[in-house]
Amino acid sequence: MIKFTDEKLKKVQEIVARYPEGRQKSALLPVLHLAQDEFGGWLSPETMDYVAGLLKLEPIEVYEVATFYSMYNLKPVGRFVFEVCQTGPCMLRGSDQIVDYIKQRLGIGVGETTPDGLFSLKTVECLGACGYAPMMQLGKYYREHLTKEKVDSIIDECRQNAALNN
Amino acid sequence: MGRQLLLEKIKVEGIRGYETYRREGGYRSVEKALKTMTPDQVTDEVKKSGLRGRGGAGFPTGMKWSFLAKPEGVPRYLVCNADESEPGTFKDRYLMEFLPHLLIEGLIVSSYALGCKRTYIYIRGEYAWIPEILETAIAEAKAAGWLGQNILGTGFELEIYVQVGAGAYICGEETALLESLEGKRGNPRIKPPFPAIKGLWDCPTVVNNVETLAAVVPILNFGGEEYAKIGIGKSTGTKLLSACGNINKPGVYEIDMTISVEEFIFSDEYCGGIANGKRLKACIPGGSSVPILPANLLLKTAKGETRLMNYESLSDGGFAKGSMMGSGGFIVLDEDQCVVRHTLTLARFYRHESCGQCSPCREGTGWMEKILRNIENGKGKSSDIDLLWDIQRKIEGNTICPLGDAAAWPVAAAIRHFRDEFEWHVNNPVECLTRNYGLAHYADPLTPVTA
Ligand SMILES: Cc1cc2nc3c(=O)[nH]c(=O)nc-3n(C[C@H](O)[C@H](O)[C@H](O)COP(=O)(O)O)c2cc1C
Ligand code: SF4
Ligand code: FES
Repeated sequence: MIKFTDEKLKKVQEIVARYPEGRQKSALLPVLHLAQDEFGGWLSPETMDYVAGLLKLEPIEVYEVATFYSMYNLKPVGRFVFEVCQTGPCMLRGSDQIVDYIKQRLGIGVGETTPDGLFSLKTVECLGACGYAPMMQLGKYYREHLTKEKVDSIIDECRQNAALNN
Repeated sequence: MGRQLLLEKIKVEGIRGYETYRREGGYRSVEKALKTMTPDQVTDEVKKSGLRGRGGAGFPTGMKWSFLAKPEGVPRYLVCNADESEPGTFKDRYLMEFLPHLLIEGLIVSSYALGCKRTYIYIRGEYAWIPEILETAIAEAKAAGWLGQNILGTGFELEIYVQVGAGAYICGEETALLESLEGKRGNPRIKPPFPAIKGLWDCPTVVNNVETLAAVVPILNFGGEEYAKIGIGKSTGTKLLSACGNINKPGVYEIDMTISVEEFIFSDEYCGGIANGKRLKACIPGGSSVPILPANLLLKTAKGETRLMNYESLSDGGFAKGSMMGSGGFIVLDEDQCVVRHTLTLARFYRHESCGQCSPCREGTGWMEKILRNIENGKGKSSDIDLLWDIQRKIEGNTICPLGDAAAWPVAAAIRHFRDEFEWHVNNPVECLTRNYGLAHYADPLTPVTA
């Protein structure tokens, strides 16, 4: 059974209180973020139904939103998702080469996950870091001014992190 | 160094925190507005300042505020647009990350002018570390009595909330943003009614960009007339530019809008010239949606006058020979870059971001991407170039929101100014896979430019 901890439920209440009476639907995007973080990094149908129940919405209202926004994962993803920007300004600074290098290092293509479930590679559109290109998002933070060496050290860092937290 | 109204204190140690910000003169504009001015007087100062919206369209802010409907008993809302997703644009991020209190201060004064009690900052979801910074600033401001009930004993009350998006460029369009803030898909609304009449939860609403709202602080501090003295013509005050691409010093710069484009690119104070000693080929001066210009038309207008970094000068010559200030996302291409490939990435971007409501935009952006991909990969026909031109014309002006235009313009401008390069791809399907056209020829005669 899917259920938020009491602490997260309190957070949901706090979010709902930001809007006028009866406008709790506005809490949907923030609560879906919370749910994705809490329940394995993606939104399963059960997770979405749970959120619908919490916010007193029809499940379809939640599916509609979850499928519109690119940050919601509708399938499980690797533990570390490399989201490399490939839009114009990043392309000008060599993002294509960075994507190729990551593919080669991880042995996967764009949209794929390594067999050990550790890494996924995604290409994304402009993340508002064009001046610090090439770049990628890794979890909450950006990794900017990427080079092959930097990519190597990020991969090592993730592996170490995974070994420590297993 | 030009006049710094927004970024002056950004390097001061600790300025992100309340104590330092206040010590450096922060929140004076709130005291001034709440204690000595009526809301309408604040709006008047903003009108006098000539401030134009910094989100892209450049609409006069004071005028926008004066359109806000004020029916009795109906709440009004101010929404700060921090969705910042236009390729090339990263200035709002810089402001929010390092000077969060400046935005909060601007929001308090603006909310006072508009009579709002709840104000939302809608920030793109990918900026995942910034909401905490903003929420900390909000909590500090509240603890110091600038937010909450009965602020400064004046009876004015205000709460500011941060709302996080989830990855959709279209949510930067103001009506899509409001839909998203209501917990729905980001489908733009048909206008009218405009948000000033029927916006968030059907209530009168003003949507303004982060930089616009931050600029309200110096306007109040110096007075609208003083602010209007900075700059030229209808380009008053200072503007943040986010510079990127093949330059030596990418970053966010505050300019007063009197400097030339040439100075902005080549001066060490700003972009520091083209990287790796290369020559300048082209530039998109105002974010991915505005027309690309080849070097000669970028530095000089069609009339041969020096082009300045301001609204009027950048758009001088219309779309045939000019561009736009847009969001201030300044993207520079060096002599070795491929315009076709660059345009392809932008076409892909707009296809990805189209909300799909209007068929010209939904279908047209997909077509443009496919054709450009073919041309870039040596599979194009010469009729494809005309077809591309046709498609962009059929999108422009035929859609619910301006994303359609924004997708059409970059393609149109690339063909207009760099048709030779498209033709070269078509005529040299093998060679174009291994080398770029570079500076070879231009549809416009070009004098190569170096520092
Ligand atoms: C597709 C599209 C995306 C937009 N994205 C943004 C954005 O990220 N940030 C922004 O401030 N304005 C954006 N705008 C402009 C807004 O619709 C609106 O004009 C702006 O927020 C008004 O603020 P201003 O008057 O202060 O510029 C976008 C417009 C369109 C059509
Ligand atoms: S123009 Fe495109 S993005 Fe705008 S409403 Fe139509 S389909 Fe959606
Ligand atoms: S183009 Fe990559 S962050 Fe903007």
